[in-house]
Amino acid sequence: MRPLEAVRMALRTIRAQKLKSFFSLIGVLIGVTFLIAVVSIVQGMNRYMVERFANTLVGANTFELRQRPSITTGEVSDSVELEWRRRPRISYADADYVRARLTTPATFAKFCEDRVSVHYEGKVAKDIFLAGTDADYFAIRNYEITAGRAFTEQEVQTAQPVLVIGSELAEKLLPNVDPVGKTVQIGGLPYRVIGVVAKQGTLFGLSLDKFAVMPFSAQGRRLICPINILDALIVRTDNPTTMQRAMDETEALMRARRGLKPWQPNNFHFETAEGALGTWKKISRILFLALPGLVAISLVVGGIVIMNIMLMAVSERTREIGIRKALGARRRDILAQFVVESATLSGAGALLGIGFGLGLAFVVKAVTPLPAAVAPWSMLVGVALGVSVGIAAGVYPATRASRLDPIVALRAE
Amino acid sequence: MSTIIRILDLAREYRMGDERIYALRGVTLDIRRNEYVAIMGPSGSGKSTMMNLLGCLDTPTAGEYWLNGEEVSRLSDDALARVRNREIGFVFQTFNLLPRATALQNVELPLVYAGVRARDRRDRAVAALERVGLGHRLEHRPNELSGGQRQRVAIARALVNQPSILLADEPTGNLDSVTSEEIMRVFADLHAAGQTVIMVTHESDIAAHAERAVVLRDGRVESDRLTRGAAA
Repeated sequence: MRPLEAVRMALRTIRAQKLKSFFSLIGVLIGVTFLIAVVSIVQGMNRYMVERFANTLVGANTFELRQRPSITTGEVSDSVELEWRRRPRISYADADYVRARLTTPATFAKFCEDRVSVHYEGKVAKDIFLAGTDADYFAIRNYEITAGRAFTEQEVQTAQPVLVIGSELAEKLLPNVDPVGKTVQIGGLPYRVIGVVAKQGTLFGLSLDKFAVMPFSAQGRRLICPINILDALIVRTDNPTTMQRAMDETEALMRARRGLKPWQPNNFHFETAEGALGTWKKISRILFLALPGLVAISLVVGGIVIMNIMLMAVSERTREIGIRKALGARRRDILAQFVVESATLSGAGALLGIGFGLGLAFVVKAVTPLPAAVAPWSMLVGVALGVSVGIAAGVYPATRASRLDPIVALRAE
Repeated sequence: MSTIIRILDLAREYRMGDERIYALRGVTLDIRRNEYVAIMGPSGSGKSTMMNLLGCLDTPTAGEYWLNGEEVSRLSDDALARVRNREIGFVFQTFNLLPRATALQNVELPLVYAGVRARDRRDRAVAALERVGLGHRLEHRPNELSGGQRQRVAIARALVNQPSILLADEPTGNLDSVTSEEIMRVFADLHAAGQTVIMVTHESDIAAHAERAVVLRDGRVESDRLTRGAAA
């Protein structure tokens, strides 16, 4: 018998018993659905974390010199927290020291941030992130100015009370007017809005457009940082190699400046996009480790179900087997027929599973801010697993079928 | 005329627990090419065992069976399958068609196991169905056909590989008398065209269509004679 013949036969049988076939492949279907959906979601999450989360919070080719990590995920023990608090803070002088001595070309911005309320003609916008920083901050953050302009180095040096605001703040606080030129109050001090930043979108559903940026030297700086103290010195270079070099240099400069002995650990912290992903990477590794287990369990269950269905099929179709044998089917023909039938059944389950998995991934994509990144390899793995499970589950029933005595089989009801 | 079947002292015994049952106790028989033989006998006479042995569905415990020049009584399962595929066309009392397959697909089945290519298969299956007068029922399934038509499909299936012998087991057992006559006419036509036909039956009026009747009793040949039909 030709191999294709067995597939054709199997498809004919499966088509004749659609509902039964569907139920028998549910296990495999669930397993592969799992595989595809989890891989898609984790990969989508991964991309989201890299592209949005890390790059939004820190940015590509950028590091922040800080007293302590600002992005922490998971538990921080009391002793670690205490050690962090004891560290000296980053001062203006630290920033200027590093800036003056760093040989790697880089862009710098002093940075301070806190949440404030912004007032305009009796209206108030709460929970606005107010950043005090340098003129280069806009370049470091890739902020595009849609109206007005960013502030200049000169305005920083002369501590001008000017403000560049996020698009959502502009819409909420200054609707239906041109925000540029309007004066708003922060902490009782007047600031002139000189520019609006293009919409940044959301992160985990939170708006990234509720912010305002002012020169770090402006009067209101005491609202966000003590005088002479910074949350961070932000440093950006052209590419990952120079960034690493700049970071190494900064580390050496800071250790020298603070007089740290070789055995003493750093009493400052570098925040990078990479570092911010640390915890997420741990989570996704766990998911990927757990995934084979989850998939394996449903595939084993699916395989057992298919084996039982095939055993039932063999006993139901004993007479058919007898007829085939009488007409010249050899053992291996019957074996092939049932193994292929089982593999086809299971393979169909895998294909349906891929469909369901993709569907699930796209539902997640539609109802959450997470993208779904479908991994082609996961589909190949899904089909391969499905077919393998089918073959494995089919061998025993098929062997039984192939060993039937044709005389006995022909007499079966 | 040449001998197509030669059976020498063929015996088949079964064990049931400690007991031994002798279904055939040494049968010697020659059947020539283009003979039309009825094998008869009451139940328990060994005619079913004879049918299974002749059809290579079973192997004897003693004796020799030469089919078309080949000793087939000691062959392996797969070798027997090949012999069944090439040398024997079965027609059963209960038709034994695959219920979900069309007439054409049923008739193609022996060719599938013979490894014939799909296009050749179809041509040959159509020719076989036309030969039994069912050229217009190719795509019908067994449950859409009458009993007589089903048996014709089975005959077409038996013939499609041009076997040495057509082996029919009570071919009219499930048919009314009019349809039975019809099937007997098909057998007569095939025989007239040169086909060797062996028919196992317990009905003497059906056996009368054959030219030779072998009667078994208690696992032995009781009589072997020409029928009235052959004399006429």
